[in-house]
Amino acid sequence: MSLTPEDVSRIALLSRIELSAAERESTRGQLNGILGFIEQLQAVDTAGIEPMAHAVDVVQRLRPDVVTESDRRADFQAVAPETEAGLYLVPKVIE
Amino acid sequence: MINSSLPELSAALAARKVSAIELAMLFLDRIDRLNPGLNAFIALDRERTLAQAKAADATLAAGTAGPLTGIPLAHKDIFCTKGWRTSCGSRMLENFISPYDAHVVEKLTDAGMVTLGKLNMDEFAMGSSNETSYFGPVKNPWDSSRVPGGSSGGSAAAIAARLAPAATGTDTGGSIRQPAALCGLTGLKPTYGVVSRYGMIAFASSLDQAGPMAKSAEDCALLLTAMAGFDTRDSTSLERPAENYSRDLERPLTGLRIGLPQEFFGEGMDADVRAAVETALAEYRKLGATTVEVSLPNSGLSVPAYYVIAPAEASSNLSRFDGVRYGYRAPEYGDLNDMYSKSRAQGFGAEVKRRILIGTYVLSHGYYDAYYLKAQKIRRLIAADFQKAFESCDVIMGPTSPSVAFAFGAKSADPVQMYLSDIYTISTNLAGLPGMSLPCGFGANNMPVGLQIIGRWFGEAKMLQAAHQYQKATDWHTRMPGGLS
Amino acid sequence: MSWEIVIGLETHAQLQTKSKIFSGSSIAFGAEPNVQANAVDIALPGVLPVLNREAVVCAIKFGLAVGATIAPRSIFARKNYFYPDLPKGYQISQFEIPVVQGGGLAIRQGEQEKFVHLTRAHLEEDAGKSLHEDFHGKSGIDLNRAGTPLLEIVTEPDMRSSAEAVAYARALHALVQWIGICDGNMQEGSFRCDANVSVRRPGEPLGTRREIKNLNSFRFMQQAIDFEVQWQINEIVEGRAIRQATVLFDPDTGETRAMRSKEDAHDYRYFPDPDLLPLEIGAGWIAEVKSGLPELPQAMQARFQVEYGLSAYDAAILTASRAMADYYVAAVTVAGAANGKAVANWIMGELAARLNKNDMDVAASPISAAQLAGLIQRIADNTISNNIAKKVFEALWNGEGRSADEIIELQGLKQITDSGAIEKIIDEVLTANQKSVEEFRAGKEKAFNALVGQAMKATKGKANPQQVNDLLKKKLGG
Repeated sequence: MSLTPEDVSRIALLSRIELSAAERESTRGQLNGILGFIEQLQAVDTAGIEPMAHAVDVVQRLRPDVVTESDRRADFQAVAPETEAGLYLVPKVIE
Repeated sequence: MINSSLPELSAALAARKVSAIELAMLFLDRIDRLNPGLNAFIALDRERTLAQAKAADATLAAGTAGPLTGIPLAHKDIFCTKGWRTSCGSRMLENFISPYDAHVVEKLTDAGMVTLGKLNMDEFAMGSSNETSYFGPVKNPWDSSRVPGGSSGGSAAAIAARLAPAATGTDTGGSIRQPAALCGLTGLKPTYGVVSRYGMIAFASSLDQAGPMAKSAEDCALLLTAMAGFDTRDSTSLERPAENYSRDLERPLTGLRIGLPQEFFGEGMDADVRAAVETALAEYRKLGATTVEVSLPNSGLSVPAYYVIAPAEASSNLSRFDGVRYGYRAPEYGDLNDMYSKSRAQGFGAEVKRRILIGTYVLSHGYYDAYYLKAQKIRRLIAADFQKAFESCDVIMGPTSPSVAFAFGAKSADPVQMYLSDIYTISTNLAGLPGMSLPCGFGANNMPVGLQIIGRWFGEAKMLQAAHQYQKATDWHTRMPGGLS
Repeated sequence: MSWEIVIGLETHAQLQTKSKIFSGSSIAFGAEPNVQANAVDIALPGVLPVLNREAVVCAIKFGLAVGATIAPRSIFARKNYFYPDLPKGYQISQFEIPVVQGGGLAIRQGEQEKFVHLTRAHLEEDAGKSLHEDFHGKSGIDLNRAGTPLLEIVTEPDMRSSAEAVAYARALHALVQWIGICDGNMQEGSFRCDANVSVRRPGEPLGTRREIKNLNSFRFMQQAIDFEVQWQINEIVEGRAIRQATVLFDPDTGETRAMRSKEDAHDYRYFPDPDLLPLEIGAGWIAEVKSGLPELPQAMQARFQVEYGLSAYDAAILTASRAMADYYVAAVTVAGAANGKAVANWIMGELAARLNKNDMDVAASPISAAQLAGLIQRIADNTISNNIAKKVFEALWNGEGRSADEIIELQGLKQITDSGAIEKIIDEVLTANQKSVEEFRAGKEKAFNALVGQAMKATKGKANPQQVNDLLKKKLGG
């Protein structure tokens, strides 16, 4: 499996990471190196093996339905890049 | 004083031979003097530190002190620390003052420990050499031309240089154990779920685990006792009775069965590392332990499996860094997507971007089964290998790292070469098992070598016992780099 | 040539919990922006989700109510995409293994019943809101809603008209309120539907669908689907292929248009959320939730037919909403089972018409169930006639008395059943209407009705009409 320049552009877009043309090419080389390395997994027979998503085999603990939080907007927005009237501002969202 | 163990410091504080303020000042002064050459600390706040020390002195005076009250430590900058800049080694969070404390920080603060500052690290814990930090590399105190290991390189260098008696670290694929090995320290990654991940900036959620780093197993046991514990805010935190991890330290090792995975002693390990590890194993036999050969047949797949799973989780975990609610936002941008793409391109460093891109790719449509699901199946095979191995032994031992600390730049050009420095540590993260590293001698160029101990699930006390008994019989853990007094 | 319309609905029902699905923030509606957005909701670095037990209870209730399988083990997954109202850059949802699987809902249009199959229902978190008022050309983000628990309920593509889609949506809307998991408030966005619409020639494979997002009223749903269907047919007729798309309905123009934000090739990269462990629901828990469930509409319909002799149609109407059923049960409890049919008729007739005219819900009816029952009892025991009952109903509606009895008493509406008194009145009517009497005797049957009318008029409608009839016949025949 080898990434094409289009593949790199597509995953960069999905990742929302801008890459210049030069970066795209060097990134492609590095990513192909890593993919080449992980390619060895394909040779392993994993038929019938259950995927392991968690390090421990326990089940989800549940939280009682209680409101425990109070307003900390001022604290949280102190580190925000841009706010107004209690809202986070972003470039115009077009639906 | 700077070489004292935590129990010694505790005794000195209790006996009023030294105050918490004096102790804090001692280390702060060393930091002022020595940190510029090491770059281990990336955030200091003398006032806050001394205020905490003052409070600790009041607790000591009131007679309500615990075993850690007044002892200074420093936090890896991955832990959210209220009122402190918490950067995770990234430009993305260069200006992020955390509005809350991580569970670990909360617990250690509650125990009366005094925060000296925040420690440098590989950006978002992605690295094995501390070269990926936005704030520049950390130097290995044993040889400033060499890396301290990563990602908890700042933690390791700070303790090795005696800028702090102890530190917190995190370990996703070896990030506590490998720098501990490369800097001649003791560090422990607990069983997944023993320490809460709340407030620890996530790299790969199913692998991340916080743990202590210090000079000795005795110190680590004390710290772990304070750090561990159930936390309702982390769904993966395990609901278990609290443990005293020091309880078994003084028990002799007679009858301890040490498993030696043949895969850890094959090709790939440098001769100097092998020699030190073999010598350590001989010492263990002298202490009454027996060694038995075991096999972890799939351990060779741990690095490639890890480099699918960890980037996949990371690609998603790091999506919150979008320049909207906190963190870096590019100064100039056009529309919304441009704002995202430029902020993330400028805010993240090269290795982080690489891992996000790989992670995005392995999760993307058409590749999920071939990469992500496949890696998860192999993860189960790796975990099953350990279960089998532990049928015939109590702990597993081997090298922590295939080589001693390498020179800056030696592996940074080839990501895969860098990834392979974690070849012996990664499998324990995949299996969720506890692992630790302790100094066991010196290799080429007089650089420290680490011995790795891997335990069963919740086998921390046994590992610490094995490490402590060894440290009682040897003095590798007391060695200090020269020229830093 | 005819077209077949194929519709599947995805509904987001906001669950009636106190706190968010993964955090302890309040979900109360209408707070100042971002004051109900805590560390977890705004996705500060290092924070983690913990699942709200009550949200799971809601999902179990729903699964039981639609006869679905409650998954013994279900998995939370991350749906990855960037959007400013999505703070983590992923939505925690369920993908491969949802909590509720299968089941379905009977819907009714007039006398016709149809079963709509559900594919699944899964738990997930809501996103925040983007406010598009102009902040110097920027949008403002309010994350109060982020993390609000949702149950997304997905149907099979079973519906064949906009009317059927609306009937399903109404039935679902009633059900989620019935079992108390959602307040159903569509204005506040507690119940929102997306419609997947395609058209095809009968017998052909399914056409390409377009998804109409965020339909927040039944009327808009009908309009949007109707417009979309016509648009798709026109496209195909004019030789253009339908391309899969996400569209929005504009109520002002009545048209649908493709969303620009969804134009990117999306690839959500679902994977199991490593921060959340498998959700296990055991048989014991399901049984516990089941024991707390109210009687469900289907069961109630069957019972109404047996206990009160109602038709299937009446039973369905009376269980169309929890409020309606509550009203009926309350009324019939007072009026007695023997009056079950009469109570049904009054609710579905007079009361429904009046409520409808005033755009009111039965829960807000000015006439209580007990008042209506009291009225019906007086008809049953012949205290008043049906005609007078309508007057009493009117008076009750206008609040002219506390009960039917009080109004009957106050306004002197009691039926006259004393034969002597009625006879006296009939004699007077016969005397005054000799012409009608002669016409009747000459064989004009209509004249008889005129005489009955005169007698009723003379008693202001209070005479028992049957008695008037009988006595009049006797007199004229004699």
